[in-house]
Amino acid sequence: MSTEQLDEKLDDVSEFDYDDAGFAPGHRACSGCGPALVARHVVEEAGENTIVVNPTGCMEVVSSPFPESAWGVSWIHNVFANAPGVASGIEAAYRSFSRQGREEFEDHEDVNFIVFAGDGATFDIGMRSLSGMFERGHDVLYVCYDNEAYMNTGVQRSGSTPPGAHTTTTPSGAYSTGEDSPKKDMPAIAAAHGVEYVATASISDPIDFRKKVSAGLEIDGPAYVQVLSPCPVGWGFDAEETIDLGELAVETGVYPIYEMENGEVTDVKTVRDRKPIEEYLERQDRFSHLFDGEEGEETIETIQAEIDAQAEALDIDG
Amino acid sequence: MTREIIKGTDAVAKAVVGADPDVVSAYPITPQTGIVEGIADLAADGHYNGEFLRIDSEFNAASSVIGASAAGARTFTATSSNGLKLMSEPLFTAAGMRLPLVLAVANRSISAPLSIWNDHTDTMAERDSGLIQLYAEDVQEAVDNTLIAFRVAEELKLPVMSNLDGFVLTHVQEPVDVPEPEPVEEFLPPYEPEQTLDPSEPKTMGAYARPEHWTEAKYVPHEVLLRAGDAIERATAEFEEVFGRSYGDAGGLVDTYRLDDADVALLTLGSLAGTAKDAVDRAREDGIRVGVVRPRVFRPFPGEALREVLGGVEAVGVLEKAISPGSGGPLSMELKSELYNLPDRPLVRDFVIGLAGRDITVEDVVGIADELYVDADVSPHEFAPDEEEVWPQLREEILPEEVSH
Repeated sequence: MSTEQLDEKLDDVSEFDYDDAGFAPGHRACSGCGPALVARHVVEEAGENTIVVNPTGCMEVVSSPFPESAWGVSWIHNVFANAPGVASGIEAAYRSFSRQGREEFEDHEDVNFIVFAGDGATFDIGMRSLSGMFERGHDVLYVCYDNEAYMNTGVQRSGSTPPGAHTTTTPSGAYSTGEDSPKKDMPAIAAAHGVEYVATASISDPIDFRKKVSAGLEIDGPAYVQVLSPCPVGWGFDAEETIDLGELAVETGVYPIYEMENGEVTDVKTVRDRKPIEEYLERQDRFSHLFDGEEGEETIETIQAEIDAQAEALDIDG
Repeated sequence: MTREIIKGTDAVAKAVVGADPDVVSAYPITPQTGIVEGIADLAADGHYNGEFLRIDSEFNAASSVIGASAAGARTFTATSSNGLKLMSEPLFTAAGMRLPLVLAVANRSISAPLSIWNDHTDTMAERDSGLIQLYAEDVQEAVDNTLIAFRVAEELKLPVMSNLDGFVLTHVQEPVDVPEPEPVEEFLPPYEPEQTLDPSEPKTMGAYARPEHWTEAKYVPHEVLLRAGDAIERATAEFEEVFGRSYGDAGGLVDTYRLDDADVALLTLGSLAGTAKDAVDRAREDGIRVGVVRPRVFRPFPGEALREVLGGVEAVGVLEKAISPGSGGPLSMELKSELYNLPDRPLVRDFVIGLAGRDITVEDVVGIADELYVDADVSPHEFAPDEEEVWPQLREEILPEEVSH
């Protein structure tokens, strides 16, 4: 882009009116932040009649530094592990108000209750809280922005970190090829709770993602949507490649995109000419050690074999 | 008003339902369980119309009432002991976020070793949470404190913990005036929250604060708590007007017994005061001029009221059902710091007693009063600090060798 073109573009941007934005620009997220895009799509899709619960994490920290807030909808943060518990209480309060016929809440019967949480808060520390919320059947949409590690504290592994990834707590070294346990299957765990609607998505396909947010909100009960949200800092790629990486994750089959209804897979995004996983791994610093020697090569082969098995199980290859 | 012979937990459950909370979160733990069971029974019979959440843990019992309170609901939950520890992390945020939730704690010791019996080690460990802490001497007071707790919490926008001694009060049957709906409504009108998560007026709650704002955010609840005595005093006075029951002569913050002409005083929290009052009657027969001081509130610490009522005594014996390992009894530590700058401060001795339900008899307390009476002439300056803390019930014979030798 030429300087003139850029200036022209910036002039256009300055004319936007952000007064009504659900998630306004000016927050402190890094350039190319996948989760920040997720936040915007979620609140734009849900609309203003929404209450968001956000556990501790990147998105909470970058969006709410007092006295500023990026949130144009009602938003609450409590602690790291309890967003589903807090959301349960909010939803129960509204149910209680409605049952009591309280006038001031008459307009709020269709409030969207949304938890917007990272993978650490979802796969690990907040799991009990989430399990309880699912089991009790609260009418809450849970959106997990999955960036596959604890990015807020400087890239430590989480239950979502994929095998072979280098993080600060699974460093690659002479005796290590990075993370050595499989990524926890959270969608299956959600489905096993009897959650009516479970879906995965990638931020590279916002139309699909927003459709899933909408579908989750329509369910009268809990719904779970997990969206791959690449992190330039934690994964080690250039800021402008976020969408590319999200797309490659789908095209290589490492992040399958599907929907589950009442525990059954009902829709899978098929991938024609599925790309080899190397194409995805080689673009990210967190996997660069896998290209240094024999052990890395073996790890890549194992990862590929697991992806192939998963692709077969989900019938991804179109 | 209906007077019933009723178990402590059932009585508190009735008081909670009387307060008509919008959301109650329930998770069982002995000896609290009867409270949430009582509410469940009342709900099953159609007497409670709010949402009753059968929650997955104390952690989420606290978290859900925090969410409900932020949404503008009147909320209640209850716990004990290790359950309170599991609530601790979210509860610390409730004061900082100015959320007026009410929590009943059936006081019980904390593991290890596991014990289900009563002492105050659970709530003392939460003293820095920013929660107001009320303590009841009997079941009637536990019932009445439940209503006072809602009133004070909602006026100050601070969370309140209403404590009752596990088993001693939760599992005892006493004649209790169970408040009727009409006076409760008069004393406790519907909650009108100042700030809620109403989507039509978007708000950001529980934001992240950097060093230039955090200190002030912490200073506010501290200041409000320091001044909370007035609100508690007002609530207690209005409670007396509506229900005819009076609590304490020092603005509802401190209750005293036979203190006017006392040379020495016994100071204690909760139900042990009943035993202490009997012991005082007994000791006075032997010519020992002793009285009882019972703080009804531990947070905010009623320092001014205690300085006033203890002004005339030579020595104070703190009967303490808690220990802060490596330091001493928390109640006596706080009392000493309140008295330190007085020109004629009384001697304070700390009697760590009744831990994890070890029985405390009237004779035990009379013995302490005797010992204190002998000490009364000793100036605090002359008293050796290591003699200030006493463990009257310690069984030396079962201690391990590394400690006993």
